[in-house]
Amino acid sequence: MSLVENAPRHIPDRLRHPLQEKLVRWESLLLAVAVAIFILNSLASPYFLNAWNLSDATFNFTEKAMIAFAMALLIISGEIDLSVAAIIALASTAMGVAMEMGAGTPALVLVGLTTGLMCGAFNGALVTKLGLPSIVVTIGTMSLFRGISYIVLGDGAFRGYPSSFSWFGQGYVFWVISVELVIFAILAVVFGVLLHKTNFGRMVYAIGNNPTGALFSGVRVDRVKMTLFLLTGLMSGLAAVCLTSRLGSTRPSIASGMELEIVTMVVLGGVNILGGSGSIPGVVIAAFVMGLVTFGLGLLNVPGIVMSIFIGLLLIGVIALPRLWAMWRNNAR
Amino acid sequence: MHMSHLAPSSDSSAAQAPILSLDKITKSFPGVKALDGVDLHLYPGEVTALIGENGAGKSTVVKTLTGIYQPDGGRIIMDGQPVHFLAPQDAADAGVTAIHQETVLFDELTVAENVFIGHAPKTRFGLIDTKAMHLRTAEILTLIGANIDAGVKLKDLGIASRHLVAIARALSIEARVVIMDEPTAALSQTEIEELYELVDTLKAQGKAILFISHKFDEIFRIADRYTVFRDGQFVGDGKIADVQESDLVQMMVGRAVEQLFPKRHAEIGAEVLKVVGYSHPTEFEDINFTLRQGEILGFYGLVGAGRSEFMQSLIGITRPSKGAARIDDKVRVIRSPADAIKAGIVYVPEDRGKQGAILDMPIFQNVTLPSLNKTSRDGFLRLAEEFALAREYTERLDLRAASLDTNVGALSGGNQQKVVIAKWLATQPRVIILDEPTKGIDIGSKAAVHDFMSELASQGLSVIMVSSEIPEVLGMSDRVIVMREGRMVAELEGAELSPETLVRHAVGIQVEGDAA
Amino acid sequence: MSYLKSREAILFGAIGCLLLVVATRFPGFVAPQNLVAVFTDTSPLMILAVGQMAVILTRCIDLSVAANLALTGMVCAMINVAAPDLPVAVILAVSIAMGAMLGAINGILVWKLSIPPIVVTLGTMTIFRGIIFLLTEGKWINAHEMSPHFTGFPRADILGMSVLGWIAVVVSVVMIVAMSRTSLGRSIYAVGGNPHAAVYTGIDVGKTQFAAFVISGMLAGLTGYLWVARYSVAYVDIAGGFELDVVAACVIGGVSIAGGAGTVAGTLLGALFLGVVKNALPVVDISPFWQLAISGAAIIIAVAFNAQSGRSKGRVILKSAEHAQ
Repeated sequence: MSLVENAPRHIPDRLRHPLQEKLVRWESLLLAVAVAIFILNSLASPYFLNAWNLSDATFNFTEKAMIAFAMALLIISGEIDLSVAAIIALASTAMGVAMEMGAGTPALVLVGLTTGLMCGAFNGALVTKLGLPSIVVTIGTMSLFRGISYIVLGDGAFRGYPSSFSWFGQGYVFWVISVELVIFAILAVVFGVLLHKTNFGRMVYAIGNNPTGALFSGVRVDRVKMTLFLLTGLMSGLAAVCLTSRLGSTRPSIASGMELEIVTMVVLGGVNILGGSGSIPGVVIAAFVMGLVTFGLGLLNVPGIVMSIFIGLLLIGVIALPRLWAMWRNNAR
Repeated sequence: MHMSHLAPSSDSSAAQAPILSLDKITKSFPGVKALDGVDLHLYPGEVTALIGENGAGKSTVVKTLTGIYQPDGGRIIMDGQPVHFLAPQDAADAGVTAIHQETVLFDELTVAENVFIGHAPKTRFGLIDTKAMHLRTAEILTLIGANIDAGVKLKDLGIASRHLVAIARALSIEARVVIMDEPTAALSQTEIEELYELVDTLKAQGKAILFISHKFDEIFRIADRYTVFRDGQFVGDGKIADVQESDLVQMMVGRAVEQLFPKRHAEIGAEVLKVVGYSHPTEFEDINFTLRQGEILGFYGLVGAGRSEFMQSLIGITRPSKGAARIDDKVRVIRSPADAIKAGIVYVPEDRGKQGAILDMPIFQNVTLPSLNKTSRDGFLRLAEEFALAREYTERLDLRAASLDTNVGALSGGNQQKVVIAKWLATQPRVIILDEPTKGIDIGSKAAVHDFMSELASQGLSVIMVSSEIPEVLGMSDRVIVMREGRMVAELEGAELSPETLVRHAVGIQVEGDAA
Repeated sequence: MSYLKSREAILFGAIGCLLLVVATRFPGFVAPQNLVAVFTDTSPLMILAVGQMAVILTRCIDLSVAANLALTGMVCAMINVAAPDLPVAVILAVSIAMGAMLGAINGILVWKLSIPPIVVTLGTMTIFRGIIFLLTEGKWINAHEMSPHFTGFPRADILGMSVLGWIAVVVSVVMIVAMSRTSLGRSIYAVGGNPHAAVYTGIDVGKTQFAAFVISGMLAGLTGYLWVARYSVAYVDIAGGFELDVVAACVIGGVSIAGGAGTVAGTLLGALFLGVVKNALPVVDISPFWQLAISGAAIIIAVAFNAQSGRSKGRVILKSAEHAQ
């Protein structure tokens, strides 16, 4: 099989790509699940198909999804940040302190975002400058950030945020479209473009698939990872602004356990927990699925902790079921 | 272990039955037929050399014999009975053991634990009998002439000592069949001699040895028989005494060797790269050379001489402790591969799967990764331009693939290498460094790579080629730098270039030993 | 010399210094009786940490230990309420068996379906806690509902130390022997140190990871009973977030998150370090709210330290450099 003598053969740009097909299938499957849940919910509860109720339902996922978008990029790059909920606590606490010192709404927002950004920088520096594994680093900072909140607040709380501050978590742009929903939609587009349409996004995939190969190809791996930690921190800060505004108060236990729901959302959206693949549309649909499930179960008076069983099962199930299916098919052959 | 009878003479062995045989073994992986009905016979008290190019199916055979892979077809026969090695433990229980290419053992365990893991002596409470284990390890180590403490952790040993530990392990399970997979690749000359003596000891004990090696000198030194594979197929076997080196080469490559190096004449122009006093605390020291336009500069040396380490430092993967690189007479500070690309130096690494390509990404995305700012606008991807760039360079290299959005991992080794080279050429470099460019690829692709290398040089690109294959170095290079133990030991040109001089410089006049 | 530099020696020194500093102001803290109390108080952490160590050594992580503890503890308490006269030995056996079973669920998902351990145990962590809620509908089981021998067992005094403390001692000894002198123990190190080579030496990587999860689950289950009995209360959120302390103890004790490296002694000292800090805080009049931040900081410092000492030396090619090392 001498290849040299033959004339160059034309290689087509694209064939129907099996992997791509699979990804498309994952997202359409997810979409089908979302539609099914929607129908089930509307059959199960007469209160479900109401514009205002549906609008309320979106609050179940908007804040988490803001972080989930950034987390999706981070996980695709092969890292993870388990400290996001703790960043919310710390950012919210920082806003509380700023409020006590008399800061107005713009300053509060700035404090929240900056705190998030700084927390992200701290995580990113530990991971990229010292080369530490992100999972342990962020388990550590998870305790550290929330610990600082506890030191500041103890068993107390900050209350009395200015009324203009409540716009972020309680305001509506028009009719039933909330401010948070609009922020969510804008971020979905921004992160979708960033991941799927830019050089940066391409580098994120390259790093997640093969960090050494990416480095050898001239990708500034540490810089990209640092940016991703900063983005995740910033989104956590933004979520802290929204959540604090919605609740109107800060306790050190705010958003506890939320990191789990965010990781679940990302994994449910089809992002490979080991890095290298995933998409923003998948995460968007996953956010809706989780929001609808939580809201539907809520309408049926199922308590929160039972919903968390469901989320835990979902997290394991979305990874386990395709593998079980593949094993079953292999055995059947 | 202490078998008393001596090795039978090679004359009588013809009448002997093999301990272990492979009979028409077939093994396929998605897209590749790794083994296609191969035969192999291993006789007691004899060394059988398994010979073949990279990709011939040697490592698949090793994995089949040790129970890592199960064959799709054919039989493994031991002492005349068909056997099935469903797991590595089955092979070990049957007395088949392998000493692997890279001595893969456990850093955090002691020497004795490494030797006896999986079959440690137990006390009557079922606990590991540390005392007995250490005693027996010491016995075996003495037997093979290794001066190693059985109680130290493996991580505290040098590479040669680790190798001896792996051999001790093979002896500890009282193996009847010992597979040695390129055992001398990382050893010094004295250590290699010691290994040969050890092989003789094993032979004398009546063990059957499968010896996998690329080095003809050692095959003729210690093997009794040979078996040749090519592209997963059995080509031939017989007694070493009955063949010449050239016969084996012919069987391996399936064509005459001369054709492989189509060196063209290139116009050597002005100086492009000048490296002055490049040093690293532990890996290399005082590297000085110049590279001219259109020149192919060979870097020869034994594995582990520090060539790749130097090249990777040159492109900013590691930092040199001192020294400078001048390109077109301007000093360029290179702190990362991104800087190197800007400076016009690119590196095609030896480890294709890990450093060279991103296997799970499509061809076109691999090609454009270092050139993204060329194919994009304001940071946004432009797919049409990416495909155009990828097409231009992959066609120049005569890539064979179903489509440009096929994942690189789905291609053959040779085509993967073409993608990697295309990726670097697309950055339009001044200097391209090729590290073992034809390792592990088929003959056809090899010739294509060599041909292309010449073409590049004739178009005015400067090429540095790191290679451990003497014919390749001699066939392709205008000038050769030999490295040994992290230092430049010779710079050879024209009539000075001969296989003997290269080896003499690479090994060193004085044979050095590593006291571990 | 290498002994002086070992993680165990450093931690031993750090704990000594800590005690000394506290003792200068509150000599009562280092009174034997109080030290025993600190040891007893740290026992649950020590027991869980050596189990977690086995899991981390195989390159996995078990974030479900605290939830396992809570669920098993609740089941033990419910059994006690239903059958107050059941002897403690039966309860102990049930707790260990149930813990092992919960650990086996994690293990089987990692082994047979190759799901990343972090995903599995994040999931089972919430599922286990949710099940407690389903079992109890959120109700507490309080001291007055439990029988005296049930709650008395871990607190019973033997030779000046409570049974809880002695159990930690026994678990530690068993784990030291198991990790260094059994095939499973050595396999656990081998799997984490070099999974590729482990396969070649005939060790089943997945099965070994499964075994590690079962060990971790068993110890979590045992601690579940001891915890509930000691504090005489069982509810959904007991030991909430304790899994982080457990991982922290391992990391501080020098267990490498990359697997293969770490000792039982180091892990125990890591746990004791956290235990001493926790008990010393109120004594030196620092709010207990500092504890979370301190253990977070300790994790980060320890993992940075681990990375520095474990950094691969790289291939030394230059002969002169080899001797210089």
